[in-house]
Amino acid sequence: MNKTQGNDVIVRISDVDKSFDGERVVKKLNLDVERGEFLTMLGPSGCGKTTTLRMIAGFEVPTSGQIFLEGEDVDDKKPYERNVNTVFQNYALFPHMNVFDNIAFGLVEKKVKKDEIRRRVEEMIRLVQLDGMEKRMPAQMSGGQKQRVAIARALVNRPKVLLLDEPLGALDLKLRKQMQGELKALQRRLGITFIYVTHDQEEALTMSDRIAVMNRGRLEQVGTPEQVYNHPETKFVADFIGESNIIEGYVENMTEDSIEVTMESGKAVIPETGYRMEEMVYLCIRPENLKISTEEKEGFRFRGQVREHIFIGSTNKTMIEMPNGQMLKSVTPAEDELIPTGTTVNVYWNPGKAVVMRTKEEQIYNVIEQSVEIEGMRNDQIF
Amino acid sequence: MIRSFKKRIGALVTVGPTMLWLGLFLMIPLVYVIGMSFLTKNAYGGVDFKFTLSNYSALFSKEYVKVFADSLWLSLETTIICLIVGYPFAYIIANAPKKWKPALVLLLMLPFWTNSLIRTYGWNTLLRTEGIINHFLQGIGLIDKPLNMLYTDGAVLLGMVYALLPFTVLPLHTSIEKLDKSLLEASSDLGASRVHTFIRVILPLTMPGIFAGSIQTFIPSLGFFFISDMMGGAKTMYIGNLIKNQFLSARNWPLGAVLSIVLIVITLVLMKLYTRVGSLEDMA
Repeated sequence: MNKTQGNDVIVRISDVDKSFDGERVVKKLNLDVERGEFLTMLGPSGCGKTTTLRMIAGFEVPTSGQIFLEGEDVDDKKPYERNVNTVFQNYALFPHMNVFDNIAFGLVEKKVKKDEIRRRVEEMIRLVQLDGMEKRMPAQMSGGQKQRVAIARALVNRPKVLLLDEPLGALDLKLRKQMQGELKALQRRLGITFIYVTHDQEEALTMSDRIAVMNRGRLEQVGTPEQVYNHPETKFVADFIGESNIIEGYVENMTEDSIEVTMESGKAVIPETGYRMEEMVYLCIRPENLKISTEEKEGFRFRGQVREHIFIGSTNKTMIEMPNGQMLKSVTPAEDELIPTGTTVNVYWNPGKAVVMRTKEEQIYNVIEQSVEIEGMRNDQIF
Repeated sequence: MIRSFKKRIGALVTVGPTMLWLGLFLMIPLVYVIGMSFLTKNAYGGVDFKFTLSNYSALFSKEYVKVFADSLWLSLETTIICLIVGYPFAYIIANAPKKWKPALVLLLMLPFWTNSLIRTYGWNTLLRTEGIINHFLQGIGLIDKPLNMLYTDGAVLLGMVYALLPFTVLPLHTSIEKLDKSLLEASSDLGASRVHTFIRVILPLTMPGIFAGSIQTFIPSLGFFFISDMMGGAKTMYIGNLIKNQFLSARNWPLGAVLSIVLIVITLVLMKLYTRVGSLEDMA
């Protein structure tokens, strides 16, 4: 079920900027979150994703720009006046209250009747599978159990949007995988919009309807996991999500339906159009698409030397050193025969498996950004 | 042989001085006071070595019971006012921007570096009939006759609160600072206004600080004598004054000893309570 097709925007972030002590951590952010979707904000630490989440929750106020919840500007709304709830990274359970009272906290604030509180809290406890733990104190619980309490405590209020700030970050790998599945199932079942912040790209790919990739306060790309993984729009996205071979080159020749890209270590013909001659580009090839062979392949003049094989369970990773020193990675099924190290090989890939990305725009962008920082001017004074 | 001898020397050198110190200045005086409490006072301000329990039975006379009741009441008042004044103070320090914190704590500690007797004199110059406050109020025409502020029970209370406020604020500050700020955000996120967050989250979680601050204020306030002497004109008698008087003016050392023992016992009970609650806190 793909809910991103609808056009029902529940959270709109419009031209939002946020600075702390003069340092811009979120830069002109525009993002629409649709009702019922699972949107993940993905990026390295310090990219502004948590700050963005905190602005939606109301813990931070944008320096400029607006945030709309269901079409309403919430600029002057305190967190307790917003119909969103947060699952905190460190759970933030009230240590002086047991599980029941923690979950009931929001309902007590809303002055819900006692027997209804009991009914709804118990329903939540069943939903997150904490039956029989009502009287436990947070200090007596494991990380995974605390996590469930934190989720129940937020969901019991039936928020319009649930905000999750790296909720699984403190759990061990196995538990994290299990909770990922449970969270996703929960979200499907309840139909509540989830905005999920993480730096774990695998987590983002498995759970999300859409991923918003952020870097240095900017939105790099928004799209489905498939789009973001297979068609990264920027070098950053290609690099950050999954493993990539990123090779710099320029367009040297063009035909009607392809371009020939010259790189430091060779040439390749790529079935893409719409580029100018001499234009600088990045090629992004996933390791599973990068192939090597001792024979020449048509359209490629791209040779390197096999350096190392790394066994990773079901697959093998082969490292190939190119003449300019760049290491390329190729991942093949474990049962495939390996080419011995030291062999000179031709590097190739199936047509259409390389993503071409423009570099010029990005470079101009960076230059402008630097000059903005030097002159202390705001971006919108330039654009 | 030699090794065990060496071990003993080591123990003697490290622990010895402390033991000597405690023995000389704690154990001997304590035993002395306890011994004194069972002796009989003689007509010349000294003691006769005659065992008696009459010093203890004297405790239950009306006037001494009243002194104890007055003292406990004053200490209680002092503690409560210190809490009410100190809590917002501690909260502000704990939540102040990082660069301000050391300065604020310093301001709080600064009075400690001045002799408390001198500080109390300072209050005298402010409060007395010919004092600064009365002069000022008369000067701006707010009052005709000088207010009678010094040598009242209110003045004693003021002096006590002033002297003991840091004892309340410091443990409160520690407790509030330890408070996880994300809990306050969680509370707000779940719909609690600031007032509700204070009542439902901040107050219960800073209870250890409130308790520690109360005990640390209450105990010393029981023994303070110079504030009631200097700011109360010694009109109301408190335990501290009573003990001081028994030793210095009335020269009834056995009774002074008994009163001191009672004060020590009250203190020990409170301390026990304090550590008990402290360890409960650690378990939670």
